[in-house]
Amino acid sequence: MNARWLLIKDLQILRRSPLLTALLVIYPALIGVLIGFAVSKGPDKPRVAFLNQVPADQRLQIGNQNFDVVGARNELFGRLNVVRVSSRDEAEKLVRSGDVLGALVLPPDLITKLRSAGLDQPSVEVLVNQEDPVKARLVDDRIRGLLTDANLRLSREFGSITLRYLGLLLRGGQFNLLGQTLNILGLERSSKILEAAKGELPKSSPQRAALDQVINFSNLARQNLSLADNLLASVAEPIKVHKTVLSGPTPALDTFAVGVAATLTLMFVTVLLVAGALALEHEENAFARLTRGLVRPTSLLGEKIVLGVIASTVVTLVMLAVLELFLSLHWSRAPLIILAIAAGGAAFGGLGAAIGAAAREVRASSLLAFMIALPVAFLSLIPSGSVGADLLHAIRAIAAVFPFRATLEAITAGLDPRAPSLPAPLLHLALLTAGYLLLARLALRRFH
Amino acid sequence: MVEPAIAVSGVLKRYGDRVALRDVGFDAAAGELLAIIGPNGAGKTTLLSILAGALRPDAGRVSRPPGEIGWVPQQAALYRRLTVAENLRLFARLEKIADVEAAVEEMLATTALADRRDDQAGRLSGGNQQRINIAIGLLARPAVLLLDEPSSGLDPRQRERLWQFISGLAAAGTTVIFSTHNIQEAERYGDRLLVLADGERLFDGTATALRSEVERDSGAAAELDFEAAFVTFLHHRGH
Repeated sequence: MNARWLLIKDLQILRRSPLLTALLVIYPALIGVLIGFAVSKGPDKPRVAFLNQVPADQRLQIGNQNFDVVGARNELFGRLNVVRVSSRDEAEKLVRSGDVLGALVLPPDLITKLRSAGLDQPSVEVLVNQEDPVKARLVDDRIRGLLTDANLRLSREFGSITLRYLGLLLRGGQFNLLGQTLNILGLERSSKILEAAKGELPKSSPQRAALDQVINFSNLARQNLSLADNLLASVAEPIKVHKTVLSGPTPALDTFAVGVAATLTLMFVTVLLVAGALALEHEENAFARLTRGLVRPTSLLGEKIVLGVIASTVVTLVMLAVLELFLSLHWSRAPLIILAIAAGGAAFGGLGAAIGAAAREVRASSLLAFMIALPVAFLSLIPSGSVGADLLHAIRAIAAVFPFRATLEAITAGLDPRAPSLPAPLLHLALLTAGYLLLARLALRRFH
Repeated sequence: MVEPAIAVSGVLKRYGDRVALRDVGFDAAAGELLAIIGPNGAGKTTLLSILAGALRPDAGRVSRPPGEIGWVPQQAALYRRLTVAENLRLFARLEKIADVEAAVEEMLATTALADRRDDQAGRLSGGNQQRINIAIGLLARPAVLLLDEPSSGLDPRQRERLWQFISGLAAAGTTVIFSTHNIQEAERYGDRLLVLADGERLFDGTATALRSEVERDSGAAAELDFEAAFVTFLHHRGH
């Protein structure tokens, strides 16, 4: 097997390139640290300035009960990194400087207007600095979400008070008004009293017909008000969400992030290394000397792919080892992880070989590798539903002829037992490797 | 009759519609130095690449398989990030030479590069890189050695040393077939000249015989230097 001597030669050349070797070690370690920090810390809470102009002694009472302001405030502060400010000017200054994403201003008359229960609609003020469209969208989404939650909380409180009053109307009971306790008769007892009064009237009495009308009205009102419970619940939250997952098991978000980072690292290292190593055989004028009987062109391609698999396995495992400092990976699944990396490395190696054979020069092959790899990675990460169906089919078809998506699926399946199974992406990668080998073999004809 | 070290007949090579070589044939004896000369695009490199097995001819026959022929391409074909010794060791292993280290030592001694053995090839001068290039071609001790423009890019002193080395190989029995643009060099070192133009063989013989042909055709060869005589020869044959 003459190819093994070429493999040793390529590893020697790699060792002689201290910058490249350092990059191969530092790059995955750096990516590992960045991803580790990002995944382990979780998304940061948005920094929002908060100005409360409501007088401290004002309490919001709905019905006879105090609204749980502390609970609402804790919920708000739990979802935001709140910066308390003492004036609107200060809030505006912080927003303009970009220190905070936005500012929430509660006006002095907020409680008063809330007490009016709809007669004078209360409002809060939001200050935002929409200096770029992405930030603007983020601020809009966050604030809209917070206000929706606050409105829902208030609606539930109003709804629950209204239901209590309806209960009094239906069943009767006691009610406190300005310190006085009032007894409410209720529709049920009213009906009974009316039925009794009707029974005491002579059958020929003309007042019986009038009483029948009142009794019918009372019964009708009681029946319809009984339905108000559900109706009010619907008004507070007209649509409830019941989530049904149809796409089968999905890996945890952390695993998916690790899988994306590993696949990106593997892709760049393997494609660039293999494309460069093959193009170097042409640049060094060695290809013709090698293939005049010393090494078959297919063996040469195989050797480059093995080089890519070795490098990608080492680099990806270094990255996963660094990630282990931040996350807990399932190392009991190491054989599956290595199998997935090797399969992805072989497919990306094949792509690198095809690029190197087509480009024939190291610089041109590096440029071509970047130009192909970056958009393919981007396309492969576009989720369904974010673009139209026809465009999505086209994107999926393009992504399917490149190894990114299949490698990502294989690595996440290796990392996480909840991910979809491993054989399908492995088969996909094997087919891609064979296809790229064929393309590279055809392109090698240009080497002479 | 002595068996030629290499015999070539009826070689034809096309690149699309263009004919690069048309029915070219010759033979060369052991220890002979055969110079292939001709204008640019004559087919010199194509012919040597076919003899080396790096290109496949469309027709024709070469008596020796590529494995028995050493080939030194025009551009040094070696790995510039490997050392001199590592280059020789790699190709010795690829050639499946039994005693790799002995072959490497022999080539280092032959090319007088023993003291540069641990230097990266890319840091050597063009002349020294060409010596490694030739040493790699000689590793398998071929009976026939093909050299494509071996002295191009070398200064006069390096050229002189190179030709001493090549002449030594021929004297030891290796058949050396080389292409060159340097007509004086072909006259000086070639035992025989093979003239190609537009893929056709125009002449096969000694430098003296070529002069005689020019003299016969134009009557002016005596006072011309060999390069001028060669140009006259080509002109008379429509090139």
